[in-house]
Amino acid sequence: MNFLALIGRVVLAFLGHIGRLTLFTGTALSHCVRPPIYPRLIGRQMIDIGYYSLPVVGLTAIFSGMVLALQSYTGFARFAAGSENAVANVVVVSLTRELGPVLAGLMVAGRIGASMAAEIGTMRVTEQLDALTTLSTNPYKYLVVPRLIAGTLMLPLLVFIADIIGIFGGFVVSVYKLGFNPAAYISNTYDFMQPLDVISGLVKAGVFGFIIALMGCYSGYHSKGGAQGVGAATTNAVVSSSILILTFNYIITELFFGT
Amino acid sequence: MNSTENTVPKISLKDVKKSFGAKRVLDGVTLDIAKGESVVVIGGSGTGKSVLIKSIIGILLADSGIIKVDGEDVTQVQASARESVNRKFGMLFQGAALFDSLPVWENVAFGLMQRERMSRKHAKERAIETLAKVGLSAEVGELAPSELSGGMQKRVGLARAIAGEPEIIFFDEPTTGLDPIMADVINDLIISCVKQQGITALSITHDMHSARKIADRVTMLYEGKLIWDGAAADVDRSGNPYVEQFVHGSAEGPIKMQVRR
Repeated sequence: MNFLALIGRVVLAFLGHIGRLTLFTGTALSHCVRPPIYPRLIGRQMIDIGYYSLPVVGLTAIFSGMVLALQSYTGFARFAAGSENAVANVVVVSLTRELGPVLAGLMVAGRIGASMAAEIGTMRVTEQLDALTTLSTNPYKYLVVPRLIAGTLMLPLLVFIADIIGIFGGFVVSVYKLGFNPAAYISNTYDFMQPLDVISGLVKAGVFGFIIALMGCYSGYHSKGGAQGVGAATTNAVVSSSILILTFNYIITELFFGT
Repeated sequence: MNSTENTVPKISLKDVKKSFGAKRVLDGVTLDIAKGESVVVIGGSGTGKSVLIKSIIGILLADSGIIKVDGEDVTQVQASARESVNRKFGMLFQGAALFDSLPVWENVAFGLMQRERMSRKHAKERAIETLAKVGLSAEVGELAPSELSGGMQKRVGLARAIAGEPEIIFFDEPTTGLDPIMADVINDLIISCVKQQGITALSITHDMHSARKIADRVTMLYEGKLIWDGAAADVDRSGNPYVEQFVHGSAEGPIKMQVRR
């Protein structure tokens, strides 16, 4: 009997969570299209999410590109000689389609999602959210909407830069370590690169940016109970946005390339 | 204050109830506050005093009952109209609840810039004027809230609450956590900034010294109900054993602290 009650409680808590998240998303989206909007706050969030994430995302991208080139070369060498063409192909396809958006998304989830949850969570437990309401300012408009807009717009930009840096990383390893012909590598990269690869990656990035901001704000907004609650909100933001990123990564891939 | 000239109470609560789960926090609260009157609700910690204020402001929704502001039932208004009702309100939070991402002056000017669309330059001038009213210099306006002491934060919170020239101000434990001298400074500021301006005030506190000083009327919340209501001068001879125990701060009496569990 107790065991059944436990199952019931877990299921109910889960459903309650989904319901709250759905309501939160709906409210936030409806505030996105209704004035007033705060350009100043959107700008600040864009700088925070876009500009200050560049070093982290750039480093992730360059090492991913480098290791991709190295791994695919040594891996392909087992099967066939003359796998030089394939290296450029593998690097550009896997970076633009998969690794660029996913790795950038996960890094930004750790960096930005956590800080959003901690900031809004602290505002919740110190009554700053209530103070916003009493000053006739809607917390959704003032806090959530700027983050959602900035996240959705900035992640594609970050991923676009990450794609370029990652391909450059692959180029560096291929040319300087593996001794490929640089001109041939570049022309191979151009030949293999399809616009759809890049576009699908950027669409993913936009969705991931939305997810990161949404989960960061949602976790913070619903945090309770002081420092411990804020800590739990931060963890929740990073874990849930990472899982959602990986889930939506599959769904979007299926939509673009699934037959 | 002259409360007979205005027949419509500024704030009127009728049979307001609010529960959290199985716990009934407000169990039929009825209270009228006249224009310009300063009412203090006393009561122990965790008796739902904050819930009472938050229900009026609309941060929490009452389960049932009627809450009227200027005769208008605010439990029925739409979210958009709610913001215009909230324009009449100012609130000083227990922990001041200053926005720590903004400098002090922007905290004070926040309502002016957000609801009245005042320019930053103009709003800053008003903020500095308001800071002066609570005895803080213009230099303080440039500091971050985290650089201020607790008493200064409370004063900035008071400045933020009065900056928008509200008709009603709520004080959530205005003197809690302050030393007795700073607490009295806050009491004096409340009298000079609120009572003398004819602003209606609803405060909650368990600091009897503060209650005696700032209140026209005192009422006591116990187990979700207002069990006593009278002039501030009568609080020491209320004849109500609950109020007497609270006023004298005695562990002996009809109110039993729930220390078991």
